[in-house]
Amino acid sequence: MADDPRPTESKYTSERLIPGAFEGETVTRRRFMTGTVQVAGGVATAAFLLPALGFAIGPVFEKHHPTWQAVGSPREFPEDTYIPKVITIVQGIGQAGKTTTYVRKRNPRVDTDTPDQYNRYIAISTRCMHLGCPVRYVSAAQRFICPCHGGVYDFEGLVAGGPPVRPLDRFYTRIRNGQLEIGPRYSVNSQLRRFSPRDPAQPLDGIGQYLYPSRPTARKLPGT
Amino acid sequence: MPKLPAPPLPKALTPSPKRPGEGNGKVSAKDHAVEAGATAIDWIDERTSLSGVGRWAMFRKIPKGTNWFYTLGSATLFAFLSQAVTGVFLAMYYDPSPTRAYESARFITEQAFLGEFVRGMHKWGATVMVVLIFLHMARTFFFGAYKYPRELNWVIGVALLVLTFVMALTGYLLPFDQRSFWATIVANNITASGPLIGPYLGDFLRAGPEFGATTLSRFYAIHMLIVPGAIAALIGAHLYLVAKLGTTAPPWMKAEQDPKLLEERA
Repeated sequence: MADDPRPTESKYTSERLIPGAFEGETVTRRRFMTGTVQVAGGVATAAFLLPALGFAIGPVFEKHHPTWQAVGSPREFPEDTYIPKVITIVQGIGQAGKTTTYVRKRNPRVDTDTPDQYNRYIAISTRCMHLGCPVRYVSAAQRFICPCHGGVYDFEGLVAGGPPVRPLDRFYTRIRNGQLEIGPRYSVNSQLRRFSPRDPAQPLDGIGQYLYPSRPTARKLPGT
Repeated sequence: MPKLPAPPLPKALTPSPKRPGEGNGKVSAKDHAVEAGATAIDWIDERTSLSGVGRWAMFRKIPKGTNWFYTLGSATLFAFLSQAVTGVFLAMYYDPSPTRAYESARFITEQAFLGEFVRGMHKWGATVMVVLIFLHMARTFFFGAYKYPRELNWVIGVALLVLTFVMALTGYLLPFDQRSFWATIVANNITASGPLIGPYLGDFLRAGPEFGATTLSRFYAIHMLIVPGAIAALIGAHLYLVAKLGTTAPPWMKAEQDPKLLEERA
């Protein structure tokens, strides 16, 4: 190996003829300066970009506290049909923050979900589980019907036809001071098992509940 | 570095030098004005060399067979400019708050001077822009103009197409009537129906689990600040590549063969 083309000496030596360079120097001053400037620029960019991004995605992590709204005397609601009630789900934005819920008394001959203190009255959300259009209850057919893409739900809110992927959402209900109160929303799967509220178009049967994770900020009520 | 060609001015516009003894000593106000304009442009050009850039971008050689289909890109550009200008002026009257948006949009249509016209330009111009961008894309595809070395420009064009859709989607909410409200609910739920990250994307777009107080202003900011900026920047890149790479001949044009090569084959 007499003609080894590889240099025998390090390039980081005084042979570079740079004043002040010394033997064993692994980072030249030029490289050090370049690196410092780039790091400083990166830090400065991150200093405004990260807070701005956090500001934009902040609402995703905002905790929501359950609210209860009185909608009338419990005697008002029969077992065999629904009474529509308008509740406010977002404060301060006028009509856009309101939604209709269909309310009736729980009917043990019809309802198959596990009874507890929160479903002595059934409050069905009008948010269609296909893509979120407002469904209406047609009492002659005892069906909920969606005007957008033809979703149909039966008396219990279970899917009877069309594209929806799960039964209509419900609201917790309770009786306080002689008034029926509508609480936070929860979602159900086809067995009417309760889940924390999900967006429409997110199935909750089988693998669905894992493909569409729940929000850490909106849970079911404790013990349900 | 090849010399850039001088702008091909027609003969009639080329000023002929004055003959000796003609108009001696008489300098009219028009001469002064022309001289001042030329001086101002020279002053800027001497410091920026922009005239070279302008000549490089504008006086390009184009292939034989270039036809009206090649104007679709410019047409899309002008649709975007029209949207930008009308949008800026609509923003002077529009109020992106959930309780005021519908009323302010109605004020523009019914009371503001020329409001109906400007809002109509913006509304119909949006449709025109989507149609034009598709026609431009079809021209590029069927003429094979996306091939080497113009693939990157195709990619930029696809990004512009997607951003144009984002504009159309976010702008649809702003009139804040029943149709735009429910259409946005549906679009948002389609976004949220993607597995695993869909729910988070939906919440990000809506600023929370429900259509809330800041959803409208969020869509407004995306519609009038974020996406137009991105579109303008990408149009700059798109046009730079068009000027740098040149345009393609239509596929029915055959390359003229060098006669010398023909002889060699025989």
